[in-house]
Amino acid sequence: MPDIFGIPPQALFGQLLLGLINGAFYALLSLGLAVIFGLLNIINFTHGAQYMMGAFVAWMLLNWLGVGYWWALLIVPVTVGLTGILIERTMLHRLYKLDHLYGLLLTFGIALIIQGVFRNQFGSSGLPYGIPAQLRGGTDLGFMFMPNYRGWVVVVSLVVCLATWFVIEKTKLGSYLRAATENPALVQSFGINVPRMITLTYGFGVGLAAFTGVLAAPIYQVSPLMGADLIIIVFAVVVIGGMGSIMGSILTGFGLGIIEGLTKVFYPEASSTVIFVIMVIVLLIKPAGLFGRAR
Amino acid sequence: MKTLKSALLGAVALAAVAAAPAMAQTNVKIGVLSDMSSLYTDLAGAGSVLAARMAADDFGAAAKGIRVEFVSADHQNKADVGSNIARQWYDRDGVDMIVDVPNSGVALAVNGVTREKNKVFLVSGAATSALTGEQCSPNTVHWTYDTWALANGTGKAIVQTGGDTWFFLTADYAFGHQLEADTTNVVKAMGGRVLGGVRAPLNTNDFSSFLLQAQSSRAKIIGLANAGGDTVNSIKQAAEFGIVRRGQSLAGLLVFLTDVHGLGLETAQGLIMTEAFYWDQSDASRAFAKRFAAANKGIHPTMVHAGVYSSVTHYLKAIEATKSAADGKAVVEKMKATPTDDPLFGKGEIRKDGRKIHDMYLFEVKKPSESKGAWDYYKTRATIPAAQAFRPLNEGKCPLVGG
Amino acid sequence: MSGEPAQASNETGMPRHQRLILGALVAALIVLPYILYPVFLMKVLCFALFACAFNLLIGYVGLLSFGHALFFGWAAYVSAHSAKVWGWPPEFAILGGAATAFVLGIAVGALAIRRQGIYFAMITLALAQMAFFFALQAPFTGGEDGIQAVPRRPLFGFIDISNDTTFYYVVLTVFLAGFALIYRIVHSPFGQVLKAIRENEPRTISLGYRVNHYKLLAFVLSASLAGLAGSTKVFVTQLASLTDVQWQMSGEVVLMTLVGGLGTMFGPVVGAFFVITMQTYLATMGEWVLVIQGVIFVIVVLSFRRGIVGEIAAWWKSRNGA
Repeated sequence: MPDIFGIPPQALFGQLLLGLINGAFYALLSLGLAVIFGLLNIINFTHGAQYMMGAFVAWMLLNWLGVGYWWALLIVPVTVGLTGILIERTMLHRLYKLDHLYGLLLTFGIALIIQGVFRNQFGSSGLPYGIPAQLRGGTDLGFMFMPNYRGWVVVVSLVVCLATWFVIEKTKLGSYLRAATENPALVQSFGINVPRMITLTYGFGVGLAAFTGVLAAPIYQVSPLMGADLIIIVFAVVVIGGMGSIMGSILTGFGLGIIEGLTKVFYPEASSTVIFVIMVIVLLIKPAGLFGRAR
Repeated sequence: MKTLKSALLGAVALAAVAAAPAMAQTNVKIGVLSDMSSLYTDLAGAGSVLAARMAADDFGAAAKGIRVEFVSADHQNKADVGSNIARQWYDRDGVDMIVDVPNSGVALAVNGVTREKNKVFLVSGAATSALTGEQCSPNTVHWTYDTWALANGTGKAIVQTGGDTWFFLTADYAFGHQLEADTTNVVKAMGGRVLGGVRAPLNTNDFSSFLLQAQSSRAKIIGLANAGGDTVNSIKQAAEFGIVRRGQSLAGLLVFLTDVHGLGLETAQGLIMTEAFYWDQSDASRAFAKRFAAANKGIHPTMVHAGVYSSVTHYLKAIEATKSAADGKAVVEKMKATPTDDPLFGKGEIRKDGRKIHDMYLFEVKKPSESKGAWDYYKTRATIPAAQAFRPLNEGKCPLVGG
Repeated sequence: MSGEPAQASNETGMPRHQRLILGALVAALIVLPYILYPVFLMKVLCFALFACAFNLLIGYVGLLSFGHALFFGWAAYVSAHSAKVWGWPPEFAILGGAATAFVLGIAVGALAIRRQGIYFAMITLALAQMAFFFALQAPFTGGEDGIQAVPRRPLFGFIDISNDTTFYYVVLTVFLAGFALIYRIVHSPFGQVLKAIRENEPRTISLGYRVNHYKLLAFVLSASLAGLAGSTKVFVTQLASLTDVQWQMSGEVVLMTLVGGLGTMFGPVVGAFFVITMQTYLATMGEWVLVIQGVIFVIVVLSFRRGIVGEIAAWWKSRNGA
């Protein structure tokens, strides 16, 4: 087979697959942001810190209580989601009537607190979290050695993304949610408890971030700053996709992961900036974002 | 003039010895400036403060008429914060000497301030060889290691033991470039070949793509010219992709004992790196490590901690001789004139450019089956004799040399 | 950068109490270096100017930029590099830094004003992060070592600024010039349009104003002044480093302005003094500084939104009104 730009096609397949894995993380995180933004109109700056908390709580469960990875996938989103609900009930809900920028500032402050506390408690060189026994090892795909765990990450994140999309776009519960986004007063008058719905939505978005953190723990070192830079990239992803549609943020997340993966092959120096460059291009051509509605 | 001064000093010293019980105390204030909260906390941090205190106790400073006081602060890895603290310590708090300072940027800033104020700066934690090169100073001693020594030690020893083809995974900034360039020179000089390399942005989360490129290069050695979280993540993911199991070896150009501890042996096994000290080398170092770990949450001493201990010891020796910490340049001159000797680094010397010379060691991380317990991590692969371990004096472009 | 004299602003009607405060502030600033550490004070002044420049955007146009470190940091790099490597005298190096920020301001501003509100904040943050990576990878910035030991050559060829106290008055002059300029901008007809945009953008558009031109100009002015602050800071600490371009720096300037009071003239100055003092005297507490900053963010946003100066002004008004 001929080489593509000097790269053998087998290697390229491998790199595409790896890009898809990173895309899975972008998709899950931007999905959480989009869900929260849809109902609360707040950009959740704490999202990166909550992703980090997810990884840490999984680590604590394992090392302090002996609870393994599979239970962590279930327990962690609920626990961290509950802390999110606490934040929403005690602080965020007071800001809904104000300029949305205050929500951004508040969540930024909360992110600083959470990251600082974890840094003091655990240092910042990071902690190891092993790959669960059932997913160790890998499969030889012919063109590359694929660790089983990475394959699992792609599959499970696709499932979660699609399930979220299904619930919001195709079920009755989702239709309430979408209606409340458009006109909360009207939905309230139908006898639906909108404030509680908002609280639960925030909790769900946070739980999604924590879930992503658990998925990430065996791949990356569990460290207090693992979410700090990631959140900025996810912001760019959100700007590129526009937060108008759930499917939009999923597709943008996976797509950008792949583009970033290819950059790592052809011009690795730019792999940390390529998403921002794409953001600039999208802003020039389609300011509302690829899937966004002009607001 | 000089002879008169030294004669006077000698007379004073004699008088002091004669009148030992009643003699005036020499006061010394030591500032431990380190990273107390971030990347380098475990390998330096509070452990460095502890090591400095242990050095003063073991030296028996009080009995020798030297009253040692300590202060410590966190430079947060910000050069401006570090230089501010140094200035304030020297100007207002009467600090005579600053020790440790992991992070090259902060160390270079403190290097400048120390020279301006004519105090003493003993570097243990920082890596940059510029401290004894173009930016060398009559007030600074670079104690434990530097980038040149790491690149040289690892590069040379690995090529000698058959690792003659290399691929570099380099952090894309000045520090990574320097490590890569230094190692490349050594590898080529030894007859090895560099098959390629990839420059990954700093704080990359996912190295798998770069590791695949390294794998398809079929180089025997993958050189990790990066540090901290980047090194840890690349080692962790190399294990995930089975790189070491499939016959390639990883060479860490800047890895510390605490990094290995954080990774665990399962992941880190087979990693090769150069260090100046390992706690399980001699009876003396084991005894030190035991006391140290007991007071430091079980964390065993890294080479940075050992360097702080050793350098403070030698500094106090010089103070004992000069009887005053006021003139930083004079104290450093005395330190350079006296051969070094301590339980952790053995015998050595300090060169004109401020470089402390001692043996370096090439270590390999043990397999889990070889380890006898917690913190039993390294086996020694080679000793790099002091004469070859550091950059030759005439290659560093230090203005103090030959002038 | 013309240092528009303060009298001119008086003629446009600076209220009496503000004039009194300004007089007291200037008097205090002149005497302070004999009481406090001059290097510390210079740092405060640089950050105060930075925060005032930032406040011009958030306080008077309602645009929250989360990427102002970009202008501050890149101006610092250019200023440090031109002074150290090319041997420029400080006055040119400082202006060169501000000019860099001006150009960057046009580029970033033109992109960012295409979206509003939260998107604007996210875009500025993302662009600043991109600029951070450039700074990290570009060889001339020295990576994590930064550009060290920037020389303080004589200003204009004859003013010796190697002495901290002398240089303090130079920095004070720069700060006052920048402050006066901002005052002029805010109280000009141009400033009135900016405030109209903040209050009701669609209405301002319907009145026939080309809102995007106004926004861009305000953005560029703010960026240039932030650059002026950054390039002056280089000569204070004699250092330009990654700290100056990191997102944490963008966060800090937001905090300063928020604590002092959004949209108040003196708020950013008070806020800068507060935050820098806290960082300096709590340096030994290490990472807790960040936690404390976070707590202050939360407290201010939840129950103290007018900031220190804003609260005092409101209290003053209600007392006099009653």
